[in-house]
Amino acid sequence: MGDGGRPLAQLRSLSERFPISVHGVGLSIGGESPLDEAHLDRLAHLVGWLKPASFSEHLAWSTHGGAFFNDLLPLPYTADTLNRVAAHIDQVQERLGRRMLLENPSSYLAFDTSTWSETDFLAELCRRTGCGLLLDVNNVFVSATNLGTSPQAYIDAYPLHEVGEIHVGGHDEDADDAGAPLLIDNHGAPVIDPVWRLLDIVLERTGPKPVLVEWDNDVPDWPVLGAEAERAQAALSRVQA
Amino acid sequence: MTVSQAHFCDALLDPAQPVPDGLTDGNGRPTTRRFNVYRNNVVVSLTDALATGFPVITRVLGRENINGLARLYLCDNPPDSPLMIRFGKNFPDFLSNLPQLAHLGYLGDVARLELALRRSYHAADSEAIDPATLGKMSPERLMDCRVTLAPAANVLRSNWPIHGIWRFNTEQNAPKPVPVAQDVLITRPGFDPVPYALPPGAATWLAALWQGETIGAAYDLALDDHPRFDLSAPLALLLSGQALISLTPKD
Repeated sequence: MGDGGRPLAQLRSLSERFPISVHGVGLSIGGESPLDEAHLDRLAHLVGWLKPASFSEHLAWSTHGGAFFNDLLPLPYTADTLNRVAAHIDQVQERLGRRMLLENPSSYLAFDTSTWSETDFLAELCRRTGCGLLLDVNNVFVSATNLGTSPQAYIDAYPLHEVGEIHVGGHDEDADDAGAPLLIDNHGAPVIDPVWRLLDIVLERTGPKPVLVEWDNDVPDWPVLGAEAERAQAALSRVQA
Repeated sequence: MTVSQAHFCDALLDPAQPVPDGLTDGNGRPTTRRFNVYRNNVVVSLTDALATGFPVITRVLGRENINGLARLYLCDNPPDSPLMIRFGKNFPDFLSNLPQLAHLGYLGDVARLELALRRSYHAADSEAIDPATLGKMSPERLMDCRVTLAPAANVLRSNWPIHGIWRFNTEQNAPKPVPVAQDVLITRPGFDPVPYALPPGAATWLAALWQGETIGAAYDLALDDHPRFDLSAPLALLLSGQALISLTPKD
């Protein structure tokens, strides 16, 4: 998103050798305010020359009243939110001239006003806008633990035929006011076994999909990170066979 | 009840405010620690961004102090763009105007230098002219040229030894800064911006070039400012720093 220099040179060089997945954190697709046109223009420019294999963003908001909070903030799943997010996805897909993928969030709390389940909400967004989905199985595990639901039930209800990319990652463990476990998606630890098992369950049903290991805080030495990537590759190989 | 994003934001930035009603853990119990995850993510990630963006300021003041200053800064200066590479543009003024830091008068200008280095790092690429081009021109013709400077080049003027302070905090065995005013030229040969301390008059010459004056007219202005101004040193810096991207005769 800069104008030049090393970051763009590296990106250009990588794009000559590998398909690129552009993963946004700044569009604030769930925001009550209109989308940031300047940011959308920069994104359209990037996607225009880079021609990435996929573009994805989050079901969340991060900007309000002109201030950007640098975090993925939660949404109530209501008819209002549905209309707004669908309109924003339409706008992004029209501007970029391509289908986008939408990622399920890590939730630390829920809204009393929600009338949709997250899985139905995502399925309805796909139906209305034609967008696809990015399934973060660590987020599924984190949200289910935090809200006292079942990750397996989430996967069973999730529109897996819309999945274009999968994320795994590590999380931190804290406790809430009542002492119940409160997991925090921090991309700063190894992926835990229950999340790897969820990945297997998903891949069995979707077939092979691009899998990303998210580790961008306290990044370890390459052998540790490489082992995580190999484990993801092994999971893919099992469904490719 | 419906929690508006405006209401959510107010509570997000002010830990003294109660958590908005209408948020739940799924079982109707208090959600303060859950809401605090978002509060913490916002403050910690933006504090990290500030410390990463101003490494010399962070080294001078210490990380503990930056953590405290960041909280104060964020109240009035939350990012106004999702581009974190631009975050902190008001931080130099904030440091200059904070009464508690008045005894460290140089901080604002050092922060301006760090911001300028970051802008240079992300600035658009450009193709420098071949230095041999200058050798083929008569001095009279050269003095009659206007120039275009690279987007990654920049000049800062300061009453403080900002280049010396920057070096002292980024290079091993750098000399202790001496109390002089220092003007700095930033160029980016390749991918890494480099700051140079400028001789007297050079910043006036460079500022005039940026305003579209010819090399000769800018030279006269620099001589007014500093009678012993020597053109050759800053011109060599522009050439070696790949900052000169075109020469256009005036007529």
